[in-house]
Amino acid sequence: MKSIFEQGRAGRRGSTLPQPDVPPAAAIPAALRRRTPPALPEVSELEAMRHFTRLGQRNMGVAANFYPLGSCTMKYNPPFHERLAALPGFAGLHPLLPQLRHGAALTQGALAVIYEAETIISELLGFERTTMQPLAGAHGELCGCMLIAAYHRDHGNTERKVMLIPDAAHGTNPASAAVAGFVIREVASDADGNVDLADLEAKLGPDTAGLMLTCPNTLGLFDPNVREICALVHAAGGLCYCDGANFNAIIGRVRPGDLGFDVMHVNLHKTFATPHGGGGPGSGPVGVNAKLVPYLPVSIVQKRADGTYALEYECERSIGYIAPFYGNFGVILRAYAYLLTLGREGFIRVSENAVLNANYIRVRLAPYYEWKFNRFCMHECVFSAAKQARNGVRALDIAKALIDRGIHPPTIYFPLIVPEALMIEPTETESRETLDEFIQAMIEIAALADKDPAAFHDFPLTTPVSRLDETRAARHPDLTA
Amino acid sequence: MPYIANTDADRREMLRAVGCDSFEQLWTGAGVDLPYPMLENLPRGLSEFEVTRRLEQLASRNHTHLVNFVGLGYYDHLIPAAVGEITRRSEFYTAYTPYQPEASQGTLQAIYEYQSAMSRLTGMPVANASLYDGGTALFEAMMMAVRITRKRRAVISGAVSPIFRKMIQCYSRNLDIELVEVPADGVTSATERLLAAVDERTACVLVQYPNVFGTIEDWTSLVAEVHARKALAICSVYPLALAVLKTPGEMDFDIVTGEGQSLGIPLSFGGPYLGIMAVKQEHMRRMPGRICGRTVDREGREGFVLTLQAREQHIRREHAMSNICSNESLCALSALVYLTCVGRQGLIDVAELCLAKAAFARQELVRIDGVEPVGVGPFFNEFVIRLPGDASEIAGHMIDKGFAVGFPLGRYYPDRKDQLLVAVTEKRTREEIKAMANALEAVL
Amino acid sequence: MEMKYYSKEHEWVEVKDGEAYVGISVHAAEELGDITFVELPHEGDSCHAGDSLGVVESVKAASDVYAPVSGKIVAVNSQLEDKPEMVNASPEEQAWFCRIAMSDASELDALMDEAAYTAYLNN
Repeated sequence: MKSIFEQGRAGRRGSTLPQPDVPPAAAIPAALRRRTPPALPEVSELEAMRHFTRLGQRNMGVAANFYPLGSCTMKYNPPFHERLAALPGFAGLHPLLPQLRHGAALTQGALAVIYEAETIISELLGFERTTMQPLAGAHGELCGCMLIAAYHRDHGNTERKVMLIPDAAHGTNPASAAVAGFVIREVASDADGNVDLADLEAKLGPDTAGLMLTCPNTLGLFDPNVREICALVHAAGGLCYCDGANFNAIIGRVRPGDLGFDVMHVNLHKTFATPHGGGGPGSGPVGVNAKLVPYLPVSIVQKRADGTYALEYECERSIGYIAPFYGNFGVILRAYAYLLTLGREGFIRVSENAVLNANYIRVRLAPYYEWKFNRFCMHECVFSAAKQARNGVRALDIAKALIDRGIHPPTIYFPLIVPEALMIEPTETESRETLDEFIQAMIEIAALADKDPAAFHDFPLTTPVSRLDETRAARHPDLTA
Repeated sequence: MPYIANTDADRREMLRAVGCDSFEQLWTGAGVDLPYPMLENLPRGLSEFEVTRRLEQLASRNHTHLVNFVGLGYYDHLIPAAVGEITRRSEFYTAYTPYQPEASQGTLQAIYEYQSAMSRLTGMPVANASLYDGGTALFEAMMMAVRITRKRRAVISGAVSPIFRKMIQCYSRNLDIELVEVPADGVTSATERLLAAVDERTACVLVQYPNVFGTIEDWTSLVAEVHARKALAICSVYPLALAVLKTPGEMDFDIVTGEGQSLGIPLSFGGPYLGIMAVKQEHMRRMPGRICGRTVDREGREGFVLTLQAREQHIRREHAMSNICSNESLCALSALVYLTCVGRQGLIDVAELCLAKAAFARQELVRIDGVEPVGVGPFFNEFVIRLPGDASEIAGHMIDKGFAVGFPLGRYYPDRKDQLLVAVTEKRTREEIKAMANALEAVL
Repeated sequence: MEMKYYSKEHEWVEVKDGEAYVGISVHAAEELGDITFVELPHEGDSCHAGDSLGVVESVKAASDVYAPVSGKIVAVNSQLEDKPEMVNASPEEQAWFCRIAMSDASELDALMDEAAYTAYLNN
């Protein structure tokens, strides 16, 4: 498809502007003006609408396609959230109004949204407070690591510089800990993706700052030793971080704070139904227990005795500003609407159905794809396509075959400890019929992999482009039109 | 149950299919044997109608009816309706990271076009797919300079947004970075002092354009001097102003970042926003964040993929260029649709309207007895005035008159308690500006 | 005939005229797949055995290149920056990364010869 820069023609415009009602300004000195106008598109509004509408048609999305992308929790995004976020009272609200004199009074509605969303999430996580500031999941990880660093600095633990991270962890965990100044030490996992307790004990010591653990783990399994792991880390003087990317599996059923974790992030764009937006914006609130409350980033929304809300900036031990204002407010607002809709009786239904749907797929596909664990999965099931790979059909090929069947592929090749991993997360919002269709497609694909493995190498056949040359893209980068 | 399709009958049959009689058994089978938590403190679920009514009530308690002259890097600009129409298309907002390029050409091409638009606007050869916001982007730029130069000292102008400076201080705390702040001089950056602070141990100099006081400064000679000292020059920009201003590329900056909110993204009480980053060609592979590239498929057709991924955390883990895992894709799309609809001449017209209205407002304000201009340099759409009293108190009185008259600088600059930063966009009318000036005169 | 040595991290070293040519082994190049980018060390820098000299990247992987011996980097093969595919085509001949003036030739004794490296790979 032609790029927007190749469309339209010189002089064409796609919007109207108010007529000037003041005299033109004195010209900016020539030395401060750009030499040529920016080479931006010159198209009519219809041309713009048509271009972007057609681009959209070249995407798969949850609204049109089953999207069982493991560890991403591609659940339904209710459209009335979009309407709420666009209300002028929210969308038009300048973030600096509260910093004017008596400014909190000007934004009581927005502060109520943040405070109430925080309160519900804290309750679900089992933590004292939650900061809504982090702008994404990885940003939440970084915030959590910075809280741990601040805690140790405050307690004079200058030697605690090592963050322990299981080898099954997502790459953001070590990357986030490194940006918070920690040295990374890897902890081995056993075959079930559980933490290898002997290895953990061997690596704990006076240099331990903490442990980052994904719960449920990246194989979609619940580590039965979580409480013991937290106790071991605490006994060694470290703190326990829970990566809550998989919180959808346990919402309303398990509160990570009760398991012994000190700090945790959740992704509003996963568990709390805010749109993934083609890769963002996200939001990664971080819950903490009482130990870490003094270090939370500013500002903090407080509820006063009279029921009004205020912003607190003067927190002596706070790590400071991780975001310009109060987090991705527009995302928090959508999550708040979701929380209000579900209510206390709804949360457990989410995790129950998420886990049931995943296990239903597990049981039905286990005869066709390798499943090597001796227990039920949680909200996602990680198969291996090793059997098919022996026939020349790799996880990537299976993914492309699914695209031709109108299904977005699962996550592939993660976690790294499973060869040819297919990580399938259906979420609770999918119906049994959709799961059955997916299962049928996967069974047909397994049969084709036996019968005609060579056919796979041309898939997908139904998309606007076939497989793309990624080597060329990386060797000779073409990043701008 | 909201959004859950399976009925009780479905659930019973599915439980049986997985070999369970009850959910208790399902949980136990998955290794979860903890007691159920008590959630009595949480509210009961509400219908869509009730949630809407509640949030409409909350929205009405926010004072968005104030005539707004507050900026400080975040501006109340016009947004064509087409922007929201496109970003609310489910094909865009319900998709995720384009891991499967054949099924994500829409998102990928949009990112590629966004990168192109940022490159053209900033005059820099390459841009990434976006970062969280302007402040985090500036921090990432600093860390990029630290990696490239292998030096750990950064000099930052006091005329950079105080919010960004606080964020960079926060992130630098654990990283053994020596951060040197050079206080501003009036409404300009103290260029001489800034340069004097750059020694052979310095990785980079960070400035803002126009600066936080709205002043347009030509950085060409500073950048040359910084390069002579083997350091990198980094500029945080107000992208809309670049419609008319000399580009950072023309001034030879190495890394350009910016807050992209002004490009079609609503103020929305602080986010989601858009972190812009563009760099020189030679630094492309040291740039953090997601990058989209154009390539070909097997039939030789043009197509798009995420590329240069070996820089990123999912491959490089703790050695990655950054821990960032996402971009602000939907906000980048907003910026692209905005720039497309407003277009080449439209963006210049918006900038000219901002310039004209800000100049008019300043003229109206300084006519008032006791109000003085601060600084004489050229400014874009924001300027500083001195008031005959505490600016914060006066701005407080102006709220009662229906105006958010500007941002009192004393909050971040204790020696500027009588200074007010006033922003004017194309949305403000002559009548609103005159009414604001009249109200201020009455308050004083 | 110059002697060729290998490290456990899959670098090779060949000494010619008292200088050590360093690159990555055929095995390493095959493991990485299509190489898309090579980051070379700076000429004139010193290195210690075990330091990272640079990085090789493919589409889905990245790997540090470690200095197998200590010394001063006297030359880098800047052709690789434009033609990373040379590392796949000729990893142990044309695609040397850098030349090191060794400060301690006895460090070579800690490396493997070709037979030992082959045995190491087979293990």
